[in-house]
Amino acid sequence: MTKALDRSPVHSGESAGGRRRGFALDVRMLGLAGVLVLLCLIGFITNPDTFLTEANISTMLRLAAAIGVVSVGMTFVIIAGGIDLSVGSIVALSSVWMTTLATQSYGPFVMVLCAVLVGLGCGLVNGFLVAYGRVVPFIMTLAMMASARGLAERLSGRQTQVVTETGFTEFFRASVLGVPVLVIMLALAYVIGWVVLNRTTFGRRTYAIGGNAEAARLSGINVKLHTALVYGISGLCCGVAAMMVVARTTSGASTNGLFYELDAIAAVVIGGTLLSGGRGSIIGTLIGVLIFTVLNSIFTQNNLDTDIQNIAKGAIIVGAVLLQHTARRRKGKPRAPSSNPETEPSRSQ
Amino acid sequence: MTRTNLGRRGFLFGAAGLGAGAVLVGCTSNEPEGQNNQQPVAGGQGANSEPGKQVTIGFSAPAADHGWMAAVTINAKAMAEQFSDVTLNATEGTNDVNQQIAQVESLINGGVDVLAILPFDGKALTQVARQAMDDGIPVVNVDRVFDTPLAYRCWIGGDNYRMGVNAGNYIAEELKRQNKNNPVIGEVAGIDSLPLTQERSQGFKDALQRHGFRVGPRVAAEFTPESGERQTANLLQGAQKLDALWNHDDDQGIGVVAAIENSGRSDFFVVGGAGSRNMMELIKADSGPVKATVLYSPSMASSAIAMARLLGQNKGLEDLAEHEIPAELTTYSAVVTKENVDNYMDVGFDS
Repeated sequence: MTKALDRSPVHSGESAGGRRRGFALDVRMLGLAGVLVLLCLIGFITNPDTFLTEANISTMLRLAAAIGVVSVGMTFVIIAGGIDLSVGSIVALSSVWMTTLATQSYGPFVMVLCAVLVGLGCGLVNGFLVAYGRVVPFIMTLAMMASARGLAERLSGRQTQVVTETGFTEFFRASVLGVPVLVIMLALAYVIGWVVLNRTTFGRRTYAIGGNAEAARLSGINVKLHTALVYGISGLCCGVAAMMVVARTTSGASTNGLFYELDAIAAVVIGGTLLSGGRGSIIGTLIGVLIFTVLNSIFTQNNLDTDIQNIAKGAIIVGAVLLQHTARRRKGKPRAPSSNPETEPSRSQ
Repeated sequence: MTRTNLGRRGFLFGAAGLGAGAVLVGCTSNEPEGQNNQQPVAGGQGANSEPGKQVTIGFSAPAADHGWMAAVTINAKAMAEQFSDVTLNATEGTNDVNQQIAQVESLINGGVDVLAILPFDGKALTQVARQAMDDGIPVVNVDRVFDTPLAYRCWIGGDNYRMGVNAGNYIAEELKRQNKNNPVIGEVAGIDSLPLTQERSQGFKDALQRHGFRVGPRVAAEFTPESGERQTANLLQGAQKLDALWNHDDDQGIGVVAAIENSGRSDFFVVGGAGSRNMMELIKADSGPVKATVLYSPSMASSAIAMARLLGQNKGLEDLAEHEIPAELTTYSAVVTKENVDNYMDVGFDS
């Protein structure tokens, strides 16, 4: 028990995490950022006139916005040792619910409120059933994935609901000091996510629960309530993402958010967050999201087929994870030469 | 003290939750206020529309999971209602092939006179359709074709290749009219692995080639507004110069148009595909980039019901010399432009 506690993130998370906060980027993060820079270079070399222009960077960031915000929530859930397969469906449901004729008739404010509430509500249902109903996260969110999309289809009658409320689309299409509103929201989501994860007790507890839930419980954390809230955060992020999708496509549809769960999990994992929980970084997730967005842009600008793009995507996921393993090993930690990730102390940056 | 605080907090949260729930429930309705939301349907034509022998038509189609497929079922039902001598037995749409087979079997057992089937997968439903034909029930096969002509009495469907050809011809002629030499022509396709997308793209390519043009930047979306928006936003960044864009599908077209609006560009025009009412209204308004759309109309379901009725009454198409309904009927992928859009509004579907 002593040994377990000694290794547990509750113990080391405070000290080690605190000590490490000085390093803004550790080796793994540099490797990941290197991949992103490399991709940008490839894009620039193949399309020098159009790739690194202000317009294209702004387009890429706006495209990254929705999946980026979803990935913030996903990072929380995975660090806390869970998984959320329902994010895409919650995005679909929120986008449909906020664009029904009834919601639109109340104006943009209610539309925004509706998206946030629906997302948060679905997330909390996930969370409370996982925490208090003891349903395995994989199963619970799988069920939500099916039923949220089903409800979205029922509400919309499987039709695309066009937004006639122009105030809404104009607000999200606008720019503040040359920066699109969607990009500002994306940045805010990551800043808030980073602060909550690294500078609050809520964040430290999230790491602790993911690292060792039992130890966290014994040290006095209300693990159940905390778990429920973490899924609530994920749902909330989905609601915000739904807003972004609706603003960009000027429509809500039950087909929105298809495969977001896979994209978000991929971004989180190549960002260096452990699927088993307890360790991860929100900056890594952001880089992961950007890598996929840049990749998409490179392929489109060079007029390449989508099938090759999917192959490259898979290769990058595997490559990034291998890179992290090598980097970790090269750091030559005497304590864990065989590198069993679960037993390493939690680390935030 | 703590206890009372908790109680008060719980009460407040509970009330907030209830309030939020009430707001949300009030937001689920999609009924337009004081507006008739009837799907328009192409009317039957000719003296064959006079009532004849009573016919019971069994109808089975995949789940209405997108605007086009939803319109298929709506159109079939609306058409049947126009005939006093038709009883339509429509099953609940499903994307489960086994279930659709079971539905067709139960329609056969129920004693329908004629079947109209849009199979989710033509190959998988061939057997049961053939069974019906063998039992003497004529089958009208809609759009997705069965494996063998023995499984249907009559096939009616769209022409994907010609969609591409007509889109290509329209774009090429329009560009020549504008005196554009060496134009850049973009394409937003649907899911690339589907034969229908491949046929559309091939037709587009062939038509442009005939005019000495070629397809420039090309992306593949997934028939959803979201994918249309994403792929088009990227395409527009890559193509700083663009003269025309063909988008395969009007469902994803909502996203394509949104992406163009987001980019603020107006240096090119867009041609759509399928023929949604939404796009037709944009064409009619003539204020945005959308100048035309190439039909692949779900009104074929209405025609299928009309033909099923004639089959049941042993009648042919009056204007033809043949005494019987033809075995195959391919609908024409007409180009809808500002000039003729009013004639096509009745077949536009809600995407």
